[in-house]
Amino acid sequence: MPQRGDHSPPLAPEGLVRRVWRSVFPHPVLPRSERERRRTILEFFVLHLRPVRVLRSTLRYTHTFGLGGSSLTLVALMVGTGALLMLAYEPTPDRAYLSVVALERDTLFGGLVRNIHHWCANILVVVVLAHLLRVLFTGGFHGPRQFNWVIGCGLLGLVLAANFTGYLLPWDQLAYWAVTICTGMLGYVPWIGGWLQAVARGGPEIGASTLVLFYAFHTTLLPVLLGLVMGLHFWRVRKAGGVVDPRPSGEPPESEPQHVSTLPELLLRELAAALALVAVVCVLAALVDAPLGAAANPGMSPNPSKAPWYFVGFQELQLHFHPLFAVVVIPVAAVLALLAVPYLRYEPEMSGPWFLSARGRRSAALAAAAGAAATAVLVVVDGLLLQSRAGTPGLIGRGLLPAAGFLVAVTGFRRLLAARLGAVKAEIVQATFVLCFAVWAMLTVVGVFFRGPGMALAWPWG
Amino acid sequence: MSESIQESSRRSFLGRLWLVLGGVALAEAVWIVVAFFQPRRRSGARDAETIYVAGPVERFEPGTVTPFPDGRFYLTRLADGGFLALNRECTHLGCTVPWVAAEGRFVCPCHASSFDMRGEVLGPPAPRPLDHFPVRIENRIVKVVLGSPIRRRVVADSQVTRA
Ligand code: HEM
Ligand code: HEM
Ligand code: FES
Repeated sequence: MPQRGDHSPPLAPEGLVRRVWRSVFPHPVLPRSERERRRTILEFFVLHLRPVRVLRSTLRYTHTFGLGGSSLTLVALMVGTGALLMLAYEPTPDRAYLSVVALERDTLFGGLVRNIHHWCANILVVVVLAHLLRVLFTGGFHGPRQFNWVIGCGLLGLVLAANFTGYLLPWDQLAYWAVTICTGMLGYVPWIGGWLQAVARGGPEIGASTLVLFYAFHTTLLPVLLGLVMGLHFWRVRKAGGVVDPRPSGEPPESEPQHVSTLPELLLRELAAALALVAVVCVLAALVDAPLGAAANPGMSPNPSKAPWYFVGFQELQLHFHPLFAVVVIPVAAVLALLAVPYLRYEPEMSGPWFLSARGRRSAALAAAAGAAATAVLVVVDGLLLQSRAGTPGLIGRGLLPAAGFLVAVTGFRRLLAARLGAVKAEIVQATFVLCFAVWAMLTVVGVFFRGPGMALAWPWG
Repeated sequence: MSESIQESSRRSFLGRLWLVLGGVALAEAVWIVVAFFQPRRRSGARDAETIYVAGPVERFEPGTVTPFPDGRFYLTRLADGGFLALNRECTHLGCTVPWVAAEGRFVCPCHASSFDMRGEVLGPPAPRPLDHFPVRIENRIVKVVLGSPIRRRVVADSQVTRA
């Protein structure tokens, strides 16, 4: 065995199989020593995106709950099942629905693969959002991790786009009208709305060219982008020396920080978490079928017609705000605020334990309760007022005034946290984020469960 | 000395030229991509103006609304005998609005906008009346010109065609 260097010629002649093997894997595949592990990580393309060594303290499952790794696992499952679905799926309006029906009926495991794709897609949104919250709550976006938060936001956008474009593909009533409504919202963007809507639909109305456009995005453009950006995301985690240390940032550094090798310590844990997740998804897919409505019928909108659940909060906004605010002002402000999180001035920067501190935990809980409760009350009040009022919504009454009211309320809440709990900037930003998140979550819950025919407020069981 | 200055300015000129050419190439590539994203004009038959023959004037009672699913519009005959062809797409977000004869109005199933038989908004969130198509009456036959639907801010008598 050669000991020095990687590329030194073998001392003794080797068999063909062994030479080919070594040309493919110049590094040890099952490394035994610390040195060999290092080389494997550095030289194996996929692994070199990961840190070589990580802090032992970051390994604890409850620090990250493995949410980033779980997102990756789900994306991998989606690519695998998606490629299989492509073999059966025909992207034209007259064939799409029938091909999905035929897939479920005639192909062995066709239904199962579609179910896995469907459930992965939905779980992925939940897991990515949970990952975002984890990063927020542990303050994992300071210093060298600032830009990785922005990259993460890009990943969130790509995941939502993949979900949205996939949603249309079965071409059933659910898909057709959800996409009609969502692309209809684009029409309210000032000046370029009409053009934007036509671009998103590939033509003046939803039809064959919309399907081709969505299919191309869903099966090629978005997965490729997702793969590239994920690679960048992981590389940045490596460059920051692994994930943020769970110990409070104020504490003096350990005299000798304990590092462990990523292989096997981190990778084996991640593998175990990934396998558990795959098992959960498979069981779910075996037990619960992905929904498939009646074939799309452009002449008949089902009542109620709702967007997919992750856009329902957005749709709910439409019912309460002037379209200019619901479609442009509020979403743009939300995205800008999300991107700004790592670039605000924090003194001191806090990171490490979940919710940053005991005070951070209390203010976050308060914010969640306040946001959810206030939203629920306002939705009901607005619903009752609206039913007795007629006329088109005004830009001031249904735009400027409520938006200004919201800003005043949030500012008041932040003051309160600082005065009553003595919260510092990092904790206040965290609480503000939680407040907004709770508002969005409540809007989603209302839209999904409490909206009946004609989008009137209704009990889920009534 | 002067030679080297000339040399360096020539270099920086060439460098800048490359930059400009690169910019031009980039702009061309962007243009090509945008061209592919432009909405396809011929995707729906709706774009070309087609004349839809709805039928003889007498077929439509005054004060009724008749759906034409294959033409994707409603033909309204007002009480005074005038005709209006209404696009069936809700002006809020594009759901298809059914005519609820019992209530005498269009009610959108998606967010509950309602419109009267002339397309006027009765209830929000729809921001403007239903779009319409030009109607022609030739030899007492009602014909609807289907193309891009006409947007309107208000319902006006000038939009009504009379025999
Ligand atoms: C993050 C990645 C992805 C997400 C979030 C996603 C999401 C979705 C969703 C929500 C659907 C609708 C399924 C349903 O009826 O419930 C769908 C369908 C589909 N997807 Fe994906 N997908 C992803 C990646 C892929 C990839 C990489 C491919 C192909 C290479 C693919 C191919 C398909 C096909 C052919 C369908 C139509 C079949 C059907 O509706 O069941 N997907 N996808
Ligand atoms: C497809 C989506 C995503 C994947 C596959 C992914 C994957 C990962 C992985 C594997 C890590 C390493 C630690 C961990 O498991 O938590 C990580 C860390 C990180 N992620 Fe993501 N992520 C995604 C989306 C996001 C989003 C939406 C954000 C935020 C907006 C984000 C921001 C970050 C940041 C800032 C870190 C570093 C955190 C730290 O050092 O503690 N990521 N991501
Ligand atoms: S689409 Fe008709 S009310 Fe929203």
